[in-house]
Amino acid sequence: MSSGPAAPVPAPPRRPFFLLRGRFWVASLPWAWLLLFFLLPFVLIVNVSLSTPDLAVPPYVSPFSQPQAEGRPVFPPAFNPDLGSYRRLGDEVADLARPGAELQYLRAFGNSLLLAALTTLCCLLVGYPFAWHIARSAEGTRNTLLMLVMLPFWTSFLLRVYAWMGLLDSSESGLINQALLALGLIDAPLQLLYNSGAVLIGMVYSYLPFMVLPLYANLVKLDMRLLEAARDLGARPWTAFVSITLPLSWRGIVAGSMMVFIPAVGEFVIPDLLGGGGVLMIGRRIWDDFGPNQDWPMAAAVAVVMVLLLIVPIMVFHRHGGRGDGAGEAGP
Amino acid sequence: MSARADSAPHFPAEPDYLRIEGISKRFDDALAVDNVTLGVRRREIFALLGSSGCGKSTLLRMIAGLERPTAGRIVLDGEDLAEVPAFRRPTNMMFQSYALFPHMSVAGNVAFGLRQERPRLTREQIDARVAEMLELVQLQRYAARKPHELSGGQQQRVALARSLAKEPKLLLLDEPLAALDKKIRQHTQLELVSLIRRVGVTCILVTHDQEEAMTMASRIGVMSEGVLLQVGTPDEIYEHPSCRFTAEFIGETNLFHGRLEDGRLNGSDFPAPLAIAAEAMPAPGTEVWLSVRPERVVLGRQPPAAVNGNVSINAAQGEVDEIAYLGSHSVYHLRLGGGGRRMIASVPSAHWGEASAPARGERVWAWWLAPDGVVLTR
Amino acid sequence: MTRAATLERRWGARAWLLLVYAFLYVPILCLVVFSFTAGEITTQLDGLSLRWYAALRHDDELGAAVRLSLQVGALAATAAVVVGTAAAVVLARFRPGAGSGVFAAMATAPMVMPEVVVGLSLVLLFTHPMLQPVLGGRGVAAIWAAHTTLCAAYVSVLVQSRLREMDRALEEAALDLGCPPWKVFFVITVPVIAPALVAGWLLAFTLSMDDFVLAAMLSDPGSTTLPVLVFARLHHGLKPEINALATVIVVVVSIAVLVANRVMQRAQRRRRAAMHAALRG
Ligand SMILES: Nc1ncnc2c1ncn2[C@@H]1O[C@H](COP(=O)(O)OP(=O)(O)O)[C@@H](O)[C@H]1O
Ligand SMILES: [Mg+2]
Repeated sequence: MSSGPAAPVPAPPRRPFFLLRGRFWVASLPWAWLLLFFLLPFVLIVNVSLSTPDLAVPPYVSPFSQPQAEGRPVFPPAFNPDLGSYRRLGDEVADLARPGAELQYLRAFGNSLLLAALTTLCCLLVGYPFAWHIARSAEGTRNTLLMLVMLPFWTSFLLRVYAWMGLLDSSESGLINQALLALGLIDAPLQLLYNSGAVLIGMVYSYLPFMVLPLYANLVKLDMRLLEAARDLGARPWTAFVSITLPLSWRGIVAGSMMVFIPAVGEFVIPDLLGGGGVLMIGRRIWDDFGPNQDWPMAAAVAVVMVLLLIVPIMVFHRHGGRGDGAGEAGP
Repeated sequence: MSARADSAPHFPAEPDYLRIEGISKRFDDALAVDNVTLGVRRREIFALLGSSGCGKSTLLRMIAGLERPTAGRIVLDGEDLAEVPAFRRPTNMMFQSYALFPHMSVAGNVAFGLRQERPRLTREQIDARVAEMLELVQLQRYAARKPHELSGGQQQRVALARSLAKEPKLLLLDEPLAALDKKIRQHTQLELVSLIRRVGVTCILVTHDQEEAMTMASRIGVMSEGVLLQVGTPDEIYEHPSCRFTAEFIGETNLFHGRLEDGRLNGSDFPAPLAIAAEAMPAPGTEVWLSVRPERVVLGRQPPAAVNGNVSINAAQGEVDEIAYLGSHSVYHLRLGGGGRRMIASVPSAHWGEASAPARGERVWAWWLAPDGVVLTR
Repeated sequence: MTRAATLERRWGARAWLLLVYAFLYVPILCLVVFSFTAGEITTQLDGLSLRWYAALRHDDELGAAVRLSLQVGALAATAAVVVGTAAAVVLARFRPGAGSGVFAAMATAPMVMPEVVVGLSLVLLFTHPMLQPVLGGRGVAAIWAAHTTLCAAYVSVLVQSRLREMDRALEEAALDLGCPPWKVFFVITVPVIAPALVAGWLLAFTLSMDDFVLAAMLSDPGSTTLPVLVFARLHHGLKPEINALATVIVVVVSIAVLVANRVMQRAQRRRRAAMHAALRG
């Protein structure tokens, strides 16, 4: 015990604390990986979306490229963006009012957003009560029930879509048609496959666990005593649900909905297999421009627009669910 | 730091083993530890006492190197610890949650620190030391168990053995008994003290339980909101609190607030001006508080007789409001002079002799000798 | 609430669960049943036989695709656990600093970002004239890198939640006992979060095994993974051979899941019993 508080003691020098050097190295691995395989590719997408299509390998001329004749490269290179791809999208927007306009891309965007929204809604309507009942079942059976949700999704996704192709097949040998015919409910096979209904069923089927798992993770932590208290205070079940359960499970709902909606916007395999290519999806447009059409700048421009459209949902997902709590056990 | 804390017995011949100089810790916007200066002597058991959230753990963690001070210095045995990382500091800590490694056996936990020693210890050395430690805490039979297979008290002993195994220069205990049941806690307190004495390690103990601090520590530092208010032996702190916080936090007390005039305390809600006696009387006109411990208050059916010498007495009549019978003594809650001012008095059960004790509603006299009140200026 | 109402609710709940599980399992059941057909049609049982399983065994193209998928899956899962765990440690343990917002967003975005966008962006990376010589263009390595990026996001979320649950005092205690920080991670943190690491590896492995879009966009002629092959065959007429393949996958996965579940439950039960014994004795 000696000097009073007045005696100022020098602060220790601000050298990096003991963990800092190690921390730098630990952080550098994922940083480097994400910069190389996530951020840089996005920069390249933007770059390619501003390029000119070309019959070359790869099939575009970068806006930074030099005319061949000049010989020695200059630095910084000239930047000659080609806005042609975006102009095509812009033209479609301008054509929106004109009847009979083709609107390939816009319609595909519309289809995809609508399908994603419908899928999200259906998954929520099916998945919420489902997750609720799992969360409220006995503790021992809970794990088993959850396991049963995930089991199909550890098997191949393509094969599950394939299963629906057999079920919905529009000929007499389609399984549902077979059953309905045998029961005498119909006389001729129904057109079940290759329409929007089939696509929606396939989408809901494939994306359901992405909704159920975050919801379950959230609902299982919900304190049932709150509901009992609400009931005790005279709240009707519906009132209790709207005023207690829904607000408390909001994070789970947001996390689940975003985990369904965002990837569903880009989905095209399911619409392709179950919709028969009749309903054009924006993912399919990217795929076609990238593959058969060899128009990479257009594919890149569409991808850029898609990311811009999805930036708000992605931010919401990041805020609400992607933090390792609500959506902690998010993946199937 | 108060004048009282500085006047605590000090032996200049033996320098402080641990010196904490003007240490502070700021978290974002909150100052968790505010300019604490403190010395701890070799082989001492020192308790940091304060309500939860006052910064005790943060101070302890800065000593262990788990938290970096915003300002200040920590010197242990002549070595400045500022730049020594936690894993090279000659201190060991026992965590509030015990933090036993769940995937290691009891012996593995105790051996963990020894395995980190450089130059390496041989296997035999480690085994011998582990056996010695387990014997010390009487857990030889449980060496192969996993922590979750032990009761709370056993886990606490494993944690203690683990933090003692490396013979640290300084043992840091963060609420060592908080996780135990009240029953086990009391006898574990004494056991723990005797064990630490036997090992002869210097020890800083953090607790929010004043009884625990009083029982175990040779000196106590009282903290509040990051500030070290007072340092002293248990009886110093109890009998001579340096401020209102200490007086009210440690035990119970009656506080009277007023202004100092003519060597008396005026303006308090005590029916009369209060006679006081202080070694160093503050200047007249100062705002002060008078703290009177309940056991210093005497009750009687008759007013107090004059006392020899020139010791003055403060006395007032009051109505018994509430009586808590606690066996060896009873706590009386009085309402003074029929007003709203309440006062508590702790009276030994034998006090009333042949007569029956006063009942609720009865009017009695309460008094104390002026030197039994402690004058506080903050 | 009356007893009758409770009962009614319970049956309502059962019915809903049953309905949804039927929705999930009927298609799979159909696949399995028709894998045993002797005929050529995937939705009719023209007698029972194992001929499609025999066909599966002798399908060299399929065998090669399965082997490649297993290899890519194992390598991608391993890399994803390393990268994802490092990302989780940064997110859950390090004080937020400059750029940590960007980092957090990048670490989780691959989870939800439409695969076709991620795929396209990676194709552009691997075919970029300046990067192609370094990265080697499209092919197995590109698929591996793509899967690692995707799966690392899932792993980092899983591991992050485990890290946040973990008592930090364990790491501090190890540090306090003289263990240097890097070693603390390997001898304390990794064993404690091991279940999450195993779960993350398995999840990453199945994601990689199942991915079609990334693999298709990044594959070159020499790198046909199982989903890419299956997709091609779905377009060129269906044969019950695919049902047989699906059945094999379902059986393998179910057994793996059952075994894992059993092992985990047994460990838990043992722990609980030990704890009871400790409290009593
Ligand atoms: N890592 C931290 N970040 C921010 N604030 C903290 C941190 N650790 C402690 N605090 C704050 O510092 C104050 C003191 O905490 P602590 O030392 O744990 O108190 P005690 O151990 O006395 O109960 C509290 O208000 C607490 O909220
Ligand atoms: Mg504390």
